[in-house]
Amino acid sequence: MTNPNQLTIAAARDALRKGELSAVDLTMSCLTAMDAGDDLNAFVHKTPDIALQQARAADVRLKAGGAPDLCGIPLGIKDLFCTKGVASQAASNILAGFKPEYESTVTSKLFDAGAVMLGKLNMDEFAMGSSNETSCYGDVINPWKIDDRKLTPGGSSGGSAAAVAADLCLGATGTDTGGSIRQPAAFTGITGIKPTYGRVSRWGIVAFASSLDQAGPMTKSVRDAAIFLGAMCGYDAKDSTSANIPVPDFEAALTGDIRGKKIGIPKEYRMDGMPAEIEALWQNGIAMMKDAGAVIVDISLPHTKYALPAYYVIAPAEASSNLARYDGVRYGHRAKLAAGDGITEMYEKTRAEGFGPEVQRRIMVGTYVLSAGFYDAYYNRARKVRALIKRDFELAFEAGIDAILTPATPSSAFGLGEMASADPVEMYLNDVFTVTVNLAGLPGVSVPVGLDAKGLPLGLQLIGRPWDEAGLLNHAYVLEQAAGFVAKPAKWW
Amino acid sequence: MSIDTATARKVAKLARIRVQEADLPKLAEQLSGILGFMEQLNEVDVTGIEPMVSVTPMGLARRADVVTDGNIQGQILANAPDAREGFFAVPKVVE
Repeated sequence: MTNPNQLTIAAARDALRKGELSAVDLTMSCLTAMDAGDDLNAFVHKTPDIALQQARAADVRLKAGGAPDLCGIPLGIKDLFCTKGVASQAASNILAGFKPEYESTVTSKLFDAGAVMLGKLNMDEFAMGSSNETSCYGDVINPWKIDDRKLTPGGSSGGSAAAVAADLCLGATGTDTGGSIRQPAAFTGITGIKPTYGRVSRWGIVAFASSLDQAGPMTKSVRDAAIFLGAMCGYDAKDSTSANIPVPDFEAALTGDIRGKKIGIPKEYRMDGMPAEIEALWQNGIAMMKDAGAVIVDISLPHTKYALPAYYVIAPAEASSNLARYDGVRYGHRAKLAAGDGITEMYEKTRAEGFGPEVQRRIMVGTYVLSAGFYDAYYNRARKVRALIKRDFELAFEAGIDAILTPATPSSAFGLGEMASADPVEMYLNDVFTVTVNLAGLPGVSVPVGLDAKGLPLGLQLIGRPWDEAGLLNHAYVLEQAAGFVAKPAKWW
Repeated sequence: MSIDTATARKVAKLARIRVQEADLPKLAEQLSGILGFMEQLNEVDVTGIEPMVSVTPMGLARRADVVTDGNIQGQILANAPDAREGFFAVPKVVE
């Protein structure tokens, strides 16, 4: 017997429209699952009153007919999105107590479409992390478990990934600056898409690295990703990098026909020391695309190896500027001051208390690479390398490649705390396959394809042409159908 | 490029983050590690390459230079740790 909270968005939409299910009953089912899922530490600010109010309104709209796809669909919202009157902390103590007076464009669009917000989801602090261990709310626990250890759901959208994988909600918003949607999606056996830079408005989303950040959906299927993404996209005058171009019907693009499409396989993604299981998964994926009639083409993206170092110059540089606003004056935390403390002490103490260690490190790295004397050597050089990384992709697409297939992550989910003594750089290697996509502004999707020998999910990534989310999702749909990944974590929470 | 304790102290100061003196050596070591990782970028030939300004080739949108918002003092101050008489309050800045 399937409980309503276990439904996909597509199935719930159809049941709601047929009157077989009410939005209130669906929401109640998710609220019950959410409360029973506290051990996962995914939801950190619950909004049941808002959810039920939205669900009742959705039922009225559904009864009237012609309601949008997301009408009555219960979602989780990453804590990075500003939601009016509801705590929005970016999982940081520096935003303790912050309740925005405004609604982010994405959540406004979702609510206008009738979506239901169950609450706010845990994440890495300011989206800086790949294991959800930097959150002020504590670690998120992956619903997948193979022994006594607690595993990471990945990061930074770890709460979103865990909540969707554990059926606490039907879908969740995520954001992706270097892999923060795709890596946790892969670690939890769900689908996650980062759209083309400019496709989704960044207005009202707490900024990490503005030239890399994009929001996207995290869902139980590719069809759900298509439906959910359609509701998030669109031009927004409040985001100066928002693209003023039409949004296609992504769901209608899921034809399952990719015959004759050219799939690029970049040789540089075959990393030294890559686990045999990842290589085998990749080869399986290649075979699946080939069976579907696609043409497999070996390609080269020669600057791939420089993507991570370029990213770890550019992202901290932008973060150090964006996070300068947290000074204890306008919102959030302010340190208690000692007698005689002036404004500089207020800034320094507030920021030392409010930011966690990883955020502090990245702000300082950014400060250093932007400082006089080092700007050219680090920041400008990184921006030049970024231009070369983008050109690699442009040349591949100019040569007729429709989509690129790569692994999503270099491993399956690891244990929480296992990287605690590691060098920060080791943690950064989690993003090795995903970060190039952000640097080039391209759309990328992670699709669950199989389980490793330990029984943990593994995903493959498809990278698309700019603005071709429709074609990309169709490729992802073919991969999903061929892989037939249906495994779910056994409930222990 | 290796970061010494003095440089770490200076960077923390520039970033307006108080770091205890005892924590500086560890911080310097971590920053050195991260910067060492970035040194790989020196292997790339970037001759004649312009630094990327915008990842999508688009001009920044312009709008009319008119007031579009305002009269929301209460909302602006609603989240302030210390607001008095319609202003943000901070420790004394000028002697």
